[in-house]
Amino acid sequence: MKVAVLVKLVPDTEATLRIDEGRQRIATADLNMVLNPYDEFAVEEALRINEAKGGVVVLFSFGGEESLKALRQGLAMGADEAVQVVTTGGVDMQGVAQGLAEALRSDTWDIILAGKQAVDDDCAAIGPMVAEFLGLPHVSTVVKLEIGEGKAIAHREVEGGIEVMECTLPALFTAQKGLNEPRYASLKGIMMAKKKEIKVVSVSPPQPTVRIVQLQYPPMRPPGKIVGQGVEAVPELVRLLAEEARVI
Amino acid sequence: MRILAVVESRSGRVRGAGLETLSAALALKGDTGQVAALLIGNGLNSLVDQLNGFSPDHLFLTEHPDLALYSPEGYREACLAVLGRFPADLVLISATAMGRDLAPVLAARLRAPLMPDAVEIKVEGEEIIVKRPVYGGRLFITLATSQKPAVVSIRPKAFLIERREGNPPPPERLEVNLDGAIRSRCLQMREEAAGKLDVTEADIVVSGGRGLKGPENFHLIEELAHTLGGAVGASRAVVDAGWRPHSEQVGQTGKVVSPTLYIAVGISGAVQHLAGMRSSKVIVAINKDPEAPIFKVADYGIVGDALEILPELNRALKARMGG
Repeated sequence: MKVAVLVKLVPDTEATLRIDEGRQRIATADLNMVLNPYDEFAVEEALRINEAKGGVVVLFSFGGEESLKALRQGLAMGADEAVQVVTTGGVDMQGVAQGLAEALRSDTWDIILAGKQAVDDDCAAIGPMVAEFLGLPHVSTVVKLEIGEGKAIAHREVEGGIEVMECTLPALFTAQKGLNEPRYASLKGIMMAKKKEIKVVSVSPPQPTVRIVQLQYPPMRPPGKIVGQGVEAVPELVRLLAEEARVI
Repeated sequence: MRILAVVESRSGRVRGAGLETLSAALALKGDTGQVAALLIGNGLNSLVDQLNGFSPDHLFLTEHPDLALYSPEGYREACLAVLGRFPADLVLISATAMGRDLAPVLAARLRAPLMPDAVEIKVEGEEIIVKRPVYGGRLFITLATSQKPAVVSIRPKAFLIERREGNPPPPERLEVNLDGAIRSRCLQMREEAAGKLDVTEADIVVSGGRGLKGPENFHLIEELAHTLGGAVGASRAVVDAGWRPHSEQVGQTGKVVSPTLYIAVGISGAVQHLAGMRSSKVIVAINKDPEAPIFKVADYGIVGDALEILPELNRALKARMGG
């Protein structure tokens, strides 16, 4: 099968985040950047599909230099090819999704995979938007995927349950944690990934229509109090919850 | 401002997140604005009464057997049918599993700016301004657009349900042609154990971490959640260890919650976890390490062994609450 996977580089979730002086973005100078954790599930699923069925796995990442690191990490896991999607000028979410769709249109795909969201902007939108631009059906937040003849069964995680979705192929799926256990890149894989050529595709998405006003830290919480130690503190805690906080 | 509020329902009930969406739309419309509420499904008559106390200018019903369960293409067509009759400047959708899937589809189709998962929304002049969490709630970003229509999804529990005098107008039914439209179809909705609350929807969340010492002790968390009528949450550590399902994980690679009361038991408070629960109204922490970061965000803390404190806390709460 021909499988495309959309990937993005994001700050490590352990990293300390600082807002840049212009309040429009975070300071990335000393930040450890990694392949988006949900994209790891997507890459893993693509590799597993083709280990079973044969085919090719091609990674796509939108952006500048930083996207190369995401692509290399995916190649090191075992993807066959990688495409950096570049543009001049600013983009918003519409632009990224339309740019990726434009790059994907250069070929036909049986399956497109993406992480359910990137853990930086948390938009969870690129996958469904790309599917819509390509005129493909999709299932998002997938925790189980079975590929059949011309169709797939995808289990989608929703509040309090699972939606069992049947979807014709080709289609796009976004990966949720639980879909699989992503493999670690082998040393051989890492070495091979360094040598692989990364194709560059230039796209021309529309001008942004959403502007960033500012980034902010969340409000500080007022200092709390230690009610006490061990079981002896329980009655006082219950009293405070009932009489002071009034939440029970 | 003309606002279309997509009011989410499931299994014959309007969901709380749907009423929050409608409340947000009515609060935002201004003196000269209009709000249309949209119900999507099959057999919606019984849902109309559930909108008493809300008075949008229009109530649209799109009914079809194929809309009984959610599908991105079916629900997209329902929204497009209504937008044909009610050209909105702003489409509001709940940022639930449904809305976070539907909003980008609709935004792509309409070539509309999308601002997902809003915790605040306002209109200033021609601009729609949205504040939303990013980096799993570790930062907030404010976005603005003057392009219309715009699509905004709103985070559950971030907006209050505000019932007022007055009821919705008589419903207007719209035909939706779905011939061949739905290629991604829900065969079945498998609900978890009956009555099990999702952490994002619960007013009270009781979460457990490593301090529980093993999955066999999580019944103590479940019992406390049951006493309080709340949901069970879990730290990433115990989800990764396979003690609890991922659907319960609170934090950056799990769910972001803002309940009235959040009780963190045996959770040290890694930065990803704090991001996922720090907007809770009241936070209680129980942890044996007095230096644990969780105490920095907690309103009330007890230092001690979770396994000793939980049964006692459960007993005391039951007594207090008359159960």
